[in-house]
Amino acid sequence: MGGAQFFQYFLSGVATGSIYAIVGIGFNIIYNATGMINFAQGEFLMLGGMMAISLQTFLPLPLAITAAVAATGLLGVAMQIVFLSWLRKPDVLRMIIITIGLSILIREAALHVWDEKVHALAFWTGDETSSLAVLGARLSPQLLWVLVISGLMVAGLTLFFRFTLTGKAMRACASNGTAARLCGIKAPRLVTLSFFIAAAMGALAGCVVSPITQTQYDMGMSLAVKGFTCAVLGGLGNVGAAVAAGILVGVLESASIAVLPLAYKDVVALTIMLAILLVRPQGLFAGIGRKSGPLGQAHGGA
Amino acid sequence: MRAYARELPLLLLAGLVVGAQVSLSALKVDFYLTQLTMAAWYSLVALGLCLLMGYAGQVSMGQAGFFAIGGYTAAVISTTGMSSWLSIPAGVFVTAAVSFLVGIPVLRLKGHYLAMATLAFGFIVSRIIVGMAIFGQADGISDVPPYPLIAGLAITGKRPQRVENFYLAWGVVIVGLMLALNLVRSRTGRALRAIRGNEEAAAAAGIDVGRYKLAVFVLSAVYAGFAGACLTHFNAGIGPGEAGIMKSVRSVALVAAGGMANLWGTLTVSVVLTFLSLRGAFGLFDDAVFGGILVAIMLFAPDGVFSLLRHGIPSPRGFPRRAKGGR
Amino acid sequence: MSNTLLRVRDLHHWFGGLHVIDGVRFSCEQRLVTAVIGPNGAGKTTLFNLVAGNLAPVSGTISFDGRDIQGLPSFEVSAMGISRTFQATRLFPRMTVLENVMVGRHRKSRAGFLQDMGGALFNSREEHRMREACMDILENLGIASLAGQQALDLPFGRQRLVELARALAAEPRLLLLDEPACGLNPRETEEMAFQIAKLASLDITTLIVEHDMSLVMGISDHIVVLSFGSVIAEGTPREVQSNEEVVAVYLGADNV
Repeated sequence: MGGAQFFQYFLSGVATGSIYAIVGIGFNIIYNATGMINFAQGEFLMLGGMMAISLQTFLPLPLAITAAVAATGLLGVAMQIVFLSWLRKPDVLRMIIITIGLSILIREAALHVWDEKVHALAFWTGDETSSLAVLGARLSPQLLWVLVISGLMVAGLTLFFRFTLTGKAMRACASNGTAARLCGIKAPRLVTLSFFIAAAMGALAGCVVSPITQTQYDMGMSLAVKGFTCAVLGGLGNVGAAVAAGILVGVLESASIAVLPLAYKDVVALTIMLAILLVRPQGLFAGIGRKSGPLGQAHGGA
Repeated sequence: MRAYARELPLLLLAGLVVGAQVSLSALKVDFYLTQLTMAAWYSLVALGLCLLMGYAGQVSMGQAGFFAIGGYTAAVISTTGMSSWLSIPAGVFVTAAVSFLVGIPVLRLKGHYLAMATLAFGFIVSRIIVGMAIFGQADGISDVPPYPLIAGLAITGKRPQRVENFYLAWGVVIVGLMLALNLVRSRTGRALRAIRGNEEAAAAAGIDVGRYKLAVFVLSAVYAGFAGACLTHFNAGIGPGEAGIMKSVRSVALVAAGGMANLWGTLTVSVVLTFLSLRGAFGLFDDAVFGGILVAIMLFAPDGVFSLLRHGIPSPRGFPRRAKGGR
Repeated sequence: MSNTLLRVRDLHHWFGGLHVIDGVRFSCEQRLVTAVIGPNGAGKTTLFNLVAGNLAPVSGTISFDGRDIQGLPSFEVSAMGISRTFQATRLFPRMTVLENVMVGRHRKSRAGFLQDMGGALFNSREEHRMREACMDILENLGIASLAGQQALDLPFGRQRLVELARALAAEPRLLLLDEPACGLNPRETEEMAFQIAKLASLDITTLIVEHDMSLVMGISDHIVVLSFGSVIAEGTPREVQSNEEVVAVYLGADNV
């Protein structure tokens, strides 16, 4: 394989990986805020893409995307408020089952609102034939959009968490909920905010990747599983590590076509997830853990 | 005298089954029997999951994977000219072996992680099935011959043996239910419930938690694999849809709606909903119905529909309402 | 003449960089009640968990009846004849009092999966025997009338007794009680003390971790005082009470 072609596969792997990372970050944000895994995370990407696709017929593309992102964010909020907020101290089993059920409802609703066919958003710049010459390889500009948008989202999130009061409040809640509440931080609002952020980010990711990978009503579940892989690989709750994890997964998946039949590409991410959970459950970049680990252990001291 | 009180519900069920067959045949609508037979086989899957999830507390989103392993093994063996009787035992054996090997590492996980891992397992099974030519890829395997039993009797969906297969399926379900009921009422059943309740305390009481989890995991998989193998012969084929996440979700929904640790509840809900689904009562919203059930049950009736009838809707705080003065 | 049932030697354990157990050594004599006391953070709970098999020590030995048990998983420790209770009661939800106690007696029966699936045909006599034995234990603790109630529906003091019953159902030789008086009012504490005092007559050796001094001084035969992970005093209640170092550690610390 020539250097240029290798670079093409590599970059494409990085791009898909960064989308997985966005899903993983969404998992982490909600996990940090609520201690639960939101199985419906992947559906937000699907919704963002689908809505933008419908809106693009009568709105200019940037507006369609903005509207889709906002709408999906609000839907995430609605989901949290209507279904999840009034459950106090539910057991883990219940939370899993509810979010799985919600992801199915969202997916079926999408099937009925749209259809089962594959759709695609218009290319943000140019079309499917345009390409840029980068380091000897010919790349679709959309690929670069994916990298840019993902990078901007991650950067924006990092700045948010580090420099804004709300962001710091969210970190405080994740670190020690009781202490945070005692300081007057209104946890419930932050939970709602975390759902908005996770949903909106997912929607934006769904919009930017749609021209390349297309959008279909049932794409959510496999994205959720791969996003979870990134979250766990980086260490659940560790937002920054999810990015690195995502890139790793994406590149490995992309590289796998050299050895595996195309049909098994999805299996790569799944195998990584199982391997990590069983071998090094705290993630590759094991930092300070939060809440409970995969084997049920609480983190820190006696 | 009291010993027989336990057997009574099972006898009533047997009576109900006979009654259903007689009346349906008399009304000349015995094509309902086919769907009731299929519903019976599918309910075996739910019963197995009930033992795993409801009693031992281990969430599994991969039950359909085991159903498919049993079914596809039986299909491959019976369509490639090997011995005609080997298919079902082989299906059970392979399912048991896979579940044993998968269970050893995976059951060390808990909660979300276990759910995701079993989900991943189901996905992987599904991908392998669709990917390999021997499994018929997207078309599945068809022309699976009937499974011969004794005296000309066979597991098949063909009309002449409709009534026999109805009784066969329900007979198996009743036996399966009886074994499961015996299990949960015994020392092993208490151990499983203890594991669900508090693993550390269960271990402190001398229970080898890892071994019990693995055993019930394999048992639950065997229930599913056996059902898969039998249904494959009944339907004369199997397709990749059987391994899908949606089928696993269905099983979870049925167990949850039935009341988690409630074998009778699971059976009832499973038969009713599966029958309705097979008859097309939910139309295009089939999957949505089961997804909706999951959400509704967990929000309004976390102890299952039958507890709803007994105790009413629990308070939104998620704690079951304490009955006044103890139960 | 009494025999040493449990012997802890040169035990060390760290949590991260914190040296929580620092060269602990003591023993429990048969049929005696040994109490481990000390201010908060002394390492009592960690020590307890190390003996019970919930933690594996970094170094040192814990031998029970001559056999080394450190690092063994808790179900194996239990199978050797050691039972424990938990500080925050861990009764099994959705199970009755009797069922909770019967779980405690789990290792007294041998029925396997297949045998149990066979049901009453195979295990009714075993079940009957188990039920009787557990009811006896409940009667000895005065709570037989609660057998059919959901364990978690009971008031806290009663739950404590059920947890004790569950531990006793295994017919242990060594009983580990983790703060048995925790959360009990004075009357309930007295009742608990009374029950614990009876244990010697059942040939049970007891190791207690406890904060409540009235309970400890009242029923213990031997006291081990822990501070910052090491043993600073050992002896009878009277000896310990008059030990200056112990007094200093308690008055200087933030404990009752």
